[in-house]
Amino acid sequence: MQRTNALGRTSYYVLAGGLAILFLVPLIWTGYASVAPQGATAQQDGFGFGNYQTLMDYNAGLPRYLWNSTLVSGLTVLFTLVLSMLGGYAFARFKFWGKDTLFLVTIAILMVPYSTLLIPLYIMLGDLGLRNSLLGLAMVLTLYQLPFAVFMMRISFEAIPKEIEESAMVDGCGSFRVLTRIMVFGVAPGLITVGLFSFLAAWNDFIAPLILISDAESAPLPLAIATLRQQSMGSIDFGATQAGVVVMALPCLILFVALQRHYVRGFMSGAIKG
Amino acid sequence: MTKQTERPEALAPPRSPVRKRWWQRRSAKGALYALPVAVFVAVFFIAPLFLVGRMSAADWQLLTGDQGINFPENYQSINDNPLFWPAVGFTLKYTGIVVAVLLALSLLMALLVQEKRRGVGFIRTAYFLPTTLGLASASLLFWGFYSPQIGPIDQILQALGLTDEPISWLGSPNMALFSTVVLIVWRFAGFFMIILLVGLQSIPGEVYEAARQDGANRWQAFVHITLPLLRPSLGLVLILSVTGSLLAFDQFFILTKGGPDNSTVTVVQLVYREAFQRFDLGAAAAVSVLILLALLILNIAQFRALRKAD
Repeated sequence: MQRTNALGRTSYYVLAGGLAILFLVPLIWTGYASVAPQGATAQQDGFGFGNYQTLMDYNAGLPRYLWNSTLVSGLTVLFTLVLSMLGGYAFARFKFWGKDTLFLVTIAILMVPYSTLLIPLYIMLGDLGLRNSLLGLAMVLTLYQLPFAVFMMRISFEAIPKEIEESAMVDGCGSFRVLTRIMVFGVAPGLITVGLFSFLAAWNDFIAPLILISDAESAPLPLAIATLRQQSMGSIDFGATQAGVVVMALPCLILFVALQRHYVRGFMSGAIKG
Repeated sequence: MTKQTERPEALAPPRSPVRKRWWQRRSAKGALYALPVAVFVAVFFIAPLFLVGRMSAADWQLLTGDQGINFPENYQSINDNPLFWPAVGFTLKYTGIVVAVLLALSLLMALLVQEKRRGVGFIRTAYFLPTTLGLASASLLFWGFYSPQIGPIDQILQALGLTDEPISWLGSPNMALFSTVVLIVWRFAGFFMIILLVGLQSIPGEVYEAARQDGANRWQAFVHITLPLLRPSLGLVLILSVTGSLLAFDQFFILTKGGPDNSTVTVVQLVYREAFQRFDLGAAAAVSVLILLALLILNIAQFRALRKAD
């Protein structure tokens, strides 16, 4: 008995641990490759940050791309939070004409492929003067966050007992004051989850900027790094590309470590819904 | 809607019946709160849906714009596009492989990390970490990882004496498909593992205890208890992975660029090519509409199947 237990334990750790190492290897490798000496990169002798220097000098410069990505992600988070908080409150607490239809249509955004909407949005944003604009890009990215965000905020508001608002209203608070002064604290965990997911989606999105942004100055990071590969006189800079991957991945990893709990809440709501 | 909660009379001041039911009236106010979402959805979702239908029925070039209705020319020309049927076939093949591998592996991973033991937190985090990367970042990462210039795999294989020359990871159609599947499984297995883990943990321990007392072994418990009770989570994983794979774009655009010899062009890549390399927005819109219809039918069928099984 003792022996089979030890055998079972060993094979468990060989299998599970071996898989864990396989999953970690590419992540460790990219960090290593971004600072290791390689031919045909800016980092020829010894370890160092030559590849990152290449990114700093590339085209509009890394700071510019970082700023573009930050701005797009910030705007997307802001739009998503405002829309889903007001919408979630409306869906959870009020009856109004067209309520069920609006909710269904919002969820139905999930059923429509990204590419199907990007072609007409390319034309529409052009007409509105929002093509090549980070504001226009943020609005498109917000659209795809709405199904999850509105659903999440609706169940967050529904989980708050009505008595809390009632007593505030008896005290003469209007519903908007109740929402912004009281309810907002009750749904804070939902807001954090929604904000986290919309930040990650906007920060990492590739196809929307690929189609909507053609001006190199306005490119967010993923688009800039993907184009970097094809440039520099036909020769490919593998080192700078991996440095770019590290720059893109770091904020996501930090957010994951800081907000782990809120990640799982997002999955839970998805699982319950399914 | 939630049922109205009765409050003890002693705590609440006497109120008129109208005030008591405040969340059941005030329809104007509710509509006002919903208005931003409604406007946003109308402008960025409903309007583009109509526009893509209109574009698909028109001679609409990127450079010259709308040249008037030519229905059904764009749809007829899809069949003549030499890339269309190969792209459909490849997308379906890719979806089949990715979904099968992802389902099996993420279920295995969820089972491996469901029990509390030493080091399980570390293992769980290791499985999940790739999920924090964006798909484009992950594709760029593997593009270097597979490259003969700086990729580590060939160096390791050669150092071990397993191969003599570098393996061309993206060189042949089959290798390109295999390499992309590895990337996608690496990026998404942890994500689906968490969904299945949530499902596993909602199965009460007493059920297993009862089965054990009835003499069921581990395998029997897995087949007769775990799998049936896990069905909603497995269904969610299935829907998400099927939809995601059918709409694959980033990984092939970045990693294989549709090559070699257009062998890894997916349907969404075809839309992109028609629109921004052949500048034919009408044709791109027509393919987009077909993808939308196919996905709608598939989603409805999947929901039906899942609901029926319940």
